[in-house]
Amino acid sequence: MSTASTSAPSGPVRPGTGPVLEVDDLHVQFRTESGLVRAVNGVSYTVSAGETLAILGESGSGKSVSAQAIMGILDMPPAEITGGRIMFEGRDLLTESPEEQRKVRGPGISMIFQDALSSLNPVYSVGFQIGEMFRAHQGMSRKDAKKRAVELMDRVRIPAAAQRVNDFPHQFSGGMRQRVMIAMAIALDPRILIADEPTTALDVTVQAQVMDLLKDLQRDTGMGLVLITHDLGVVNEVADNVAVMYAGRIVERGTVDDVFSNPAHPYTEGLMSSIPQVEAKGGRLQPIGGQPPNLASIPSGCPFHPRCPKRRTGADALPGRHCAEDVPPLRLVVPGREAACHYSEEVLGV
Amino acid sequence: MTDPHQQLDLRKDEVEAGTTTGLASPSVDVTDSRQNSLWSDAWRSLKRNPLFWLGASFGLVFALMAIIPQVFARGVDPRACDLANSKATPSSEHWFGYDVQGCDYLANVVYGARNSLIIGIFAVLVVLVLGVIMGAIAGFYGGATDSILSRIADIFYALPLILGALVLLRVGPSTDIPILNTRGPGAVALALALFGWMTAMRLVRSQVIAVKSSDYVAAARAMGASDMRILVRHILPNAVAPVLVYTTITIGVLIAAEATLTYLGVGLQRPAISWGLQIEAGQDSIRSAPHLVLFPSLILTMTVMAFVMMGDALRDALDPRQRS
Amino acid sequence: MGRYVARRLLLTIPVLLGASFLIFAMVYALPGDPIRALAGDRPVSPAVVKVLTERFHLSDPLWVQYWEYLKALLSGDLGTDFRGRPVLDTIERTLPVTVKLTIVAVVFEAIIGIVAGVLAGIRRNSFFDNLVLVSTTVIVSIPILVLAFLAQLVLGLKLGWFPIAGTRDGLYSYVLPGLVLASGSLAYVARLTRTSIAENMRADYVRTARAKGLPNRTVIVRHTLRNSLIPVVTFIGADIGALLGGAIVTETVFNLPGIGREVFDAVRAQEGAVVVGIVTLMVFFFIFFNLVVDVLYAVLDPRIRYD
Repeated sequence: MSTASTSAPSGPVRPGTGPVLEVDDLHVQFRTESGLVRAVNGVSYTVSAGETLAILGESGSGKSVSAQAIMGILDMPPAEITGGRIMFEGRDLLTESPEEQRKVRGPGISMIFQDALSSLNPVYSVGFQIGEMFRAHQGMSRKDAKKRAVELMDRVRIPAAAQRVNDFPHQFSGGMRQRVMIAMAIALDPRILIADEPTTALDVTVQAQVMDLLKDLQRDTGMGLVLITHDLGVVNEVADNVAVMYAGRIVERGTVDDVFSNPAHPYTEGLMSSIPQVEAKGGRLQPIGGQPPNLASIPSGCPFHPRCPKRRTGADALPGRHCAEDVPPLRLVVPGREAACHYSEEVLGV
Repeated sequence: MTDPHQQLDLRKDEVEAGTTTGLASPSVDVTDSRQNSLWSDAWRSLKRNPLFWLGASFGLVFALMAIIPQVFARGVDPRACDLANSKATPSSEHWFGYDVQGCDYLANVVYGARNSLIIGIFAVLVVLVLGVIMGAIAGFYGGATDSILSRIADIFYALPLILGALVLLRVGPSTDIPILNTRGPGAVALALALFGWMTAMRLVRSQVIAVKSSDYVAAARAMGASDMRILVRHILPNAVAPVLVYTTITIGVLIAAEATLTYLGVGLQRPAISWGLQIEAGQDSIRSAPHLVLFPSLILTMTVMAFVMMGDALRDALDPRQRS
Repeated sequence: MGRYVARRLLLTIPVLLGASFLIFAMVYALPGDPIRALAGDRPVSPAVVKVLTERFHLSDPLWVQYWEYLKALLSGDLGTDFRGRPVLDTIERTLPVTVKLTIVAVVFEAIIGIVAGVLAGIRRNSFFDNLVLVSTTVIVSIPILVLAFLAQLVLGLKLGWFPIAGTRDGLYSYVLPGLVLASGSLAYVARLTRTSIAENMRADYVRTARAKGLPNRTVIVRHTLRNSLIPVVTFIGADIGALLGGAIVTETVFNLPGIGREVFDAVRAQEGAVVVGIVTLMVFFFIFFNLVVDVLYAVLDPRIRYD
């Protein structure tokens, strides 16, 4: 049944290191003209060396915002981190000075974005932009940095790297541009790489190549990979663990095999059943009936209850487990699986 | 094959008959509703903009000054002068003091508004007529027509506004060209418009080009609407917003340019009452009686500011991209 | 690039010719009495009429006159004024004043405009941002004429900081007129910079720069300013051409003997040859700097390639 066995942890997991990144009860909100938008509401997860964690969710589920909060690149204001901890190698980034946070970005945690064309500065050559990593963090000379940039471009398999190092982003194809982004992100051997929808903007064949590249790089370096996506096929193929997000919360968490074969949350179940064959490449999230939640006014109780086919809001609700009134906590439902649903056991059928 | 043809003919008839069943021209409704929401959104944003209200009240005062100057002059005749009062400084009786001839300066400054308003509005109307016609033709027909008209605009663009108008107004009186040879407000307005229409033309041209290829224009064309009809009904309404912003600011710019030309001696001539003439006369006594330059300058600046502020507010309201 | 420049150069020729012909036609050919127009208000003797008619080919059609003028122009002869002085000498005498004035104005425009715009753009909706917005509205609204007198009155006469007329104090005499001449452009540069910065600060590549862990200064200077200043620098470049031809009022009020005041005097005296000569030069500057800007754009923004 499962094809994910091929993507079990394969990198050289450093023994005894534990999780490299630990996000604990993160809260982020935006102050906008139309009111307070609660984008992230108590998100927790961990990433170990060599692990690939997929964060799965619709747009607006808070998956990108939480990643940007980890990176420390949210625009504050309007964004505001109102609670939680972001532990990286044992220290809480949120209590560090901006300067210390900056030093983590690059050698500690780095990030690639969905649209490489707009994410690369159009007026500098790709070599310059890759080389900036070495210049800013290691004080390397411009010339040496460019040499390293060529090596990196080779490493992400950009053909004729030495000739193309002085080209500008607009002169590359979409896939090659994303490789430039990746080269930049892995330049300083980060412990964690956050990839925010890295293949969404690419053609299907190019998507596979870029994902393969990311996996290979992960195997070589042992970095932890946080893969933010709404592409079930990609999750199934490359991730070890998956966290499903809805309305700024994690609603289910577990290994990819478990979650995909037997979801514990009605939302996850909806995602899975909306696709005839999950294994089919490029299977995308089909929206479930009803409107995605408005983060400016999240429904009371379980945020998913207005769309939930299994909700209990009447006399059939158990005490303290009224779907429209009681917020379900993320709890261990079976070993190795957490879900935020009052009735997970029924969903699972255990 | 006959069915679509018949339908097209039907629609064409309907369009030409000007009926509004909605069946024939659904795309027009799209335009209209889009336009309507643009304007109602704009008005809502305008209402909240203090700069707009400041500009509008300045503008209102200026317009009233031009229409009923005697009220603002407190009934004083600007030409009732007494040399004994020459250059007298402002007092509680005569707020702006007296000019060199001993005329009440408040009355003179107030009466100057009318010429400014006449020239500003007349010039901007000519600018609009020239700009819309040239821009619509250039944008709509494209090709060689566009190239020629655009090069002509380039040529006028290369001549500074004040310089072109200056030369034209200087040689104007010795020509037989009507209006231009009068040395009156009409001549000044015309000279300014002849060297100031290019931006309006470029605005209209680019709007026409942008809208020309859109779906609803293609639809109207498919229904057999004539070029003229497509231009007037479908394309030009889209150019109204940017042209309105431009027009508002340009009235202010033209009023300032009029004062400048008059100051330089080629605009309005005495005995006309004009801020430019007052500044020109006052500059000789800038040391002994600075109020003679100051008051017309102040009112002139506030007038220009009124139009600039209203135009800025309009632009912010009509272009959501620029909103912060 | 070379081919693009050559093509653009070719395209500017009709504009240059058209503009000089326009001014030529206005000065010499409008219906009326060209001799009187040429001689101004002075009485003219029949002998002078004859000489003028021959010298300016007045009995020929307009385009022949213009052709003769062009031929002379290409050999470096811009004609003479009524007193027989070559127009070229007049330009040589007056142009340096205007160039100095323009340089001073552009320096003010660039430095004050960009600094104000950057500070306002980086801190949107701050007190300084609002100050810049309001003051640029006010500055744009003050006619140069008024601003010139205001500057003379306050900074010159009342405070005595600057000379108010003439060029006796060397470069220092250009400070006040330069500031006045620059005012409008300065306000525009400030606003353009502000808008451009505010837009670029939201750009994805600025987010990337921060994600790369670049120091804040590098993010702002290298990844925000550099991109934001492209439209600003090109505006200032094109504005040099406009300022060189737009100093009539400033030079007149501040009594600076540059080409602006010279052309104004010539228009009043109806010195046709001087007017046509100087205006053609101004048009040339305008077109030339626009061309420079087009090329500059390609240098500053690698996405633009003229092939």
